[in-house]
Amino acid sequence: MIRVLAALLVGLFVVGQAAQAQNGPLRIEITDGVVEPLPYAVPNFVPENSASGGYAKELARVIASDLSGTGLFREISEKAHISKITNFASPVQFADWKAVNAQALITGAVKVSGNQLEVKFRVYDVFAGQELGNGLRFKGTVDGWRRMAHKVADAVYSRITGEGGYFDSRVVFVSETGPKNDRKKRLAIMDYDGANLQYLTDSSAIVLAPRFSPMGDKVLYTSYETGFPQVYILDVGSVKRRVLHNEEGSMSFAPRFAPDGKSLLLSITRGGNTDIFKMDIASGRQTRLTSSPAIDTAPSFSPDGSQIVFESDRSGSQQLYVMPANGGEPRRISFGQGRYGTPVWSPRGDLVAFTKQNKGRFHIGVMRTDGSEERLLTASFLDEGPTWAPNGRVIMFTRETQGANGSASLFSVDVSGRNLKKVKLAGGGSDPAWSPLQK
Amino acid sequence: MSSLTKVGALLAMLALGACSNSGIFGLDDTLGDGTGATGEYAEGSPDDPRSIAHFQERVGDRVLFAVDQSSLTSDGELVLLGQANWLLENSAYKAVIEGHADEQGTREYNLALGARRASAVKEYLVSRGVASNRLTTVSYGKERPLEVCSAEACYAQNRRAVTVLQADLNF
Repeated sequence: MIRVLAALLVGLFVVGQAAQAQNGPLRIEITDGVVEPLPYAVPNFVPENSASGGYAKELARVIASDLSGTGLFREISEKAHISKITNFASPVQFADWKAVNAQALITGAVKVSGNQLEVKFRVYDVFAGQELGNGLRFKGTVDGWRRMAHKVADAVYSRITGEGGYFDSRVVFVSETGPKNDRKKRLAIMDYDGANLQYLTDSSAIVLAPRFSPMGDKVLYTSYETGFPQVYILDVGSVKRRVLHNEEGSMSFAPRFAPDGKSLLLSITRGGNTDIFKMDIASGRQTRLTSSPAIDTAPSFSPDGSQIVFESDRSGSQQLYVMPANGGEPRRISFGQGRYGTPVWSPRGDLVAFTKQNKGRFHIGVMRTDGSEERLLTASFLDEGPTWAPNGRVIMFTRETQGANGSASLFSVDVSGRNLKKVKLAGGGSDPAWSPLQK
Repeated sequence: MSSLTKVGALLAMLALGACSNSGIFGLDDTLGDGTGATGEYAEGSPDDPRSIAHFQERVGDRVLFAVDQSSLTSDGELVLLGQANWLLENSAYKAVIEGHADEQGTREYNLALGARRASAVKEYLVSRGVASNRLTTVSYGKERPLEVCSAEACYAQNRRAVTVLQADLNF
């Protein structure tokens, strides 16, 4: 029984991959067309001992929030359920789940021993009357319970779409409070869904545009701690930081890690001119990559480390360019109307996300790395600074509202342009950077 | 008022200014925040040609720029000529030139644009004889708007380079 359950505009590359990656009949084909979210049920997990009772419901709620939050899945509410799952090992009454039109069913069980949590789950294709993939078990400490829920949701998402998940990930960003002319900014980190917020700096100095290391353990960012914008590296675990570039009379910003995590790209401004440099993190040794009198900034490596996309106004206006990783002649890739900035190479390697400014509006868009097939995903008074989810399917960015009371928030949108939504956050936020999937 | 009492009064004023605004000598705002002209950092009377208040209000501590431009306007050059003359006459001061952009641009680009603007001001002042080691530049990009509306009336005021005076501690 093959069902085309849902469809999304993404591009042919996804279709090919999805079609081969999965053999089960239950499938969301992520392709051009109409979106029909896949109905699923995730009853409360079965508590296997009394200490686990509190987690049984919460795990199911986080999984449902992850899946429904993609716009690809629609939860059948518990009120509609006919069957109750009271024993993880008992056979599933498929007819009861068919009757409520749950095409996928996720069951699970949870057990707490001391500070250890054990979570088991299974995914069923209800209409085929069979399990989709094998059951899995995760173990961890109780305070990491949300991560275990995200891992379950990632596995479900992956089995049904044939793509990698992105729920067990974090976002580092700039938390913003205060009026527009006295904005306080702090580095903050949270789960991708806004949970477990932690601050990494205080608000005594302006901080800008943090970026994760490939392992997710370090963050590069720009701070005015010395009075001048300079690039810092911060260890997420210890929150210890050190300045990477602190040269009298110059400033540095727009840092981004190389794929190997050992070096970074950054912009350095000397005498009013901004160029792109590569810096070895251990030695601090700098290599100049551009040397035009133009503004060359916002560099981002291709995932294989062979190329760099960046923005430059060398043509007279902000446009996107690609150059070899060691510098050399750049080739322009943006040719549409308006100005293009903040390019970011997708983790899949096939697309570049960017900010476009045209006729007084800002857009987040994507194009192929040769500049073809440009598509704008958003439009507003001010959208900027895209960052890719680890699976390259979703983009998070900053949206700032207009006027004297304008404020910045984090938004996410599918690479299809669908499912635009605000990230849950107390207070304002800007400059998000998505972590890799956690290990 | 005899000229001696006048000098005394001026010194007292300067001293008071320094006390009420100790930050000008401290680390917390040696860079200022580009909002000097609102008066909160003004020291002394604008009528005293050697005062910071005079520099801010009579000489003019800022120049404005056209959209996405860092070239000086003729009005701007006139203001900067006054700044250069003032700085030449008042060698006890150094200055930080803060470059700013309006909100209609991406963050990194605006940082670089603000740096261009600050640098254009510095180059002009140096061309008029101010020692370059008295002048430092910094860019705030779009991080420190002075006016908060989202209209050209505000943007025009935010596309600025502000010359923020600092007493030279080595003087």
